[in-house]
Amino acid sequence: MARMKFLCDAERCIECNGCVTACKNENEVPWGVNRRRVVTINDGVVGAEKSISVACMHCSDAPCMAVCPVDCFYKTDDGVVLHDKDLCIGCGYCFYACPFGAPQFPQAGAFGLRGKMDKCTFCAGGPEPDQSETEFRKYGRNRLSEGKLPACAEMCSTKALLGGDGDVIANIYRERVLRRGKGSEVWGWGTAYGPSPRPGAQPPSAPPQGGKS
Amino acid sequence: MKPVVSLALIAAVLALAACGEREQVAEFKRGKYQGKPDTQPWANAPLPNEFRGGSWKAGDRASWENSVLERQLAQHEHKRIYQ
Repeated sequence: MARMKFLCDAERCIECNGCVTACKNENEVPWGVNRRRVVTINDGVVGAEKSISVACMHCSDAPCMAVCPVDCFYKTDDGVVLHDKDLCIGCGYCFYACPFGAPQFPQAGAFGLRGKMDKCTFCAGGPEPDQSETEFRKYGRNRLSEGKLPACAEMCSTKALLGGDGDVIANIYRERVLRRGKGSEVWGWGTAYGPSPRPGAQPPSAPPQGGKS
Repeated sequence: MKPVVSLALIAAVLALAACGEREQVAEFKRGKYQGKPDTQPWANAPLPNEFRGGSWKAGDRASWENSVLERQLAQHEHKRIYQ
């Protein structure tokens, strides 16, 4: 059974923001809502600066689901964490619980009223008829039901951002790390998928010691 | 003398009552979804060929997973280059 996950290779991300643009364009996300963003760590430190593309990681044991007072979250059979906007009250608990800052809240009105939560759906839409106008308007495009992967991962020019079944993308990453001989650390992987009882949800193993191949 | 000691003891107990601290961290609960049911991505038929959505049989999960797997492996540029 496929368990959809994201993996960002910090060695490859060039901070082009192509993933952010792809997400915005594909889902017609409103102004002020960033389902995906690129963050820089060790900013300004020579040789240690890395960029990482961050969105909802669709955690194995999602804290947003645990804290939601109206239980509007659900997890699909593919491991994608989605929510029902008709039920969401925009309280913001999920935002505080999320270690990745994924939940976004559109600001509406002159007094900055907080709208219903919006987040990355792994391009899997939401609880509306697949590929319908209602689904697109509320949740964005449902690419999974079209047999496609999230637009951000498929548009990534350096293939730093991988999306798909955890085992498959971990294997791709493992081979990549073995070939280049460095950069086995996957940011966010342990936080999102670490405590899972599934043995397949382990971070890719470290490469053998040695220089570049 | 004795009432004074008893009064002091009672006062001390009352004064220290607030020190009995209770756990104030809310416990996470495992919620149960209350919203609308969702359909499965493999429930509908694939897009026409010109939209490159892959091919699977509507309602057949295994064929949909195989189709998506092909798409996932296309992210492996080493295989794309060296094949």
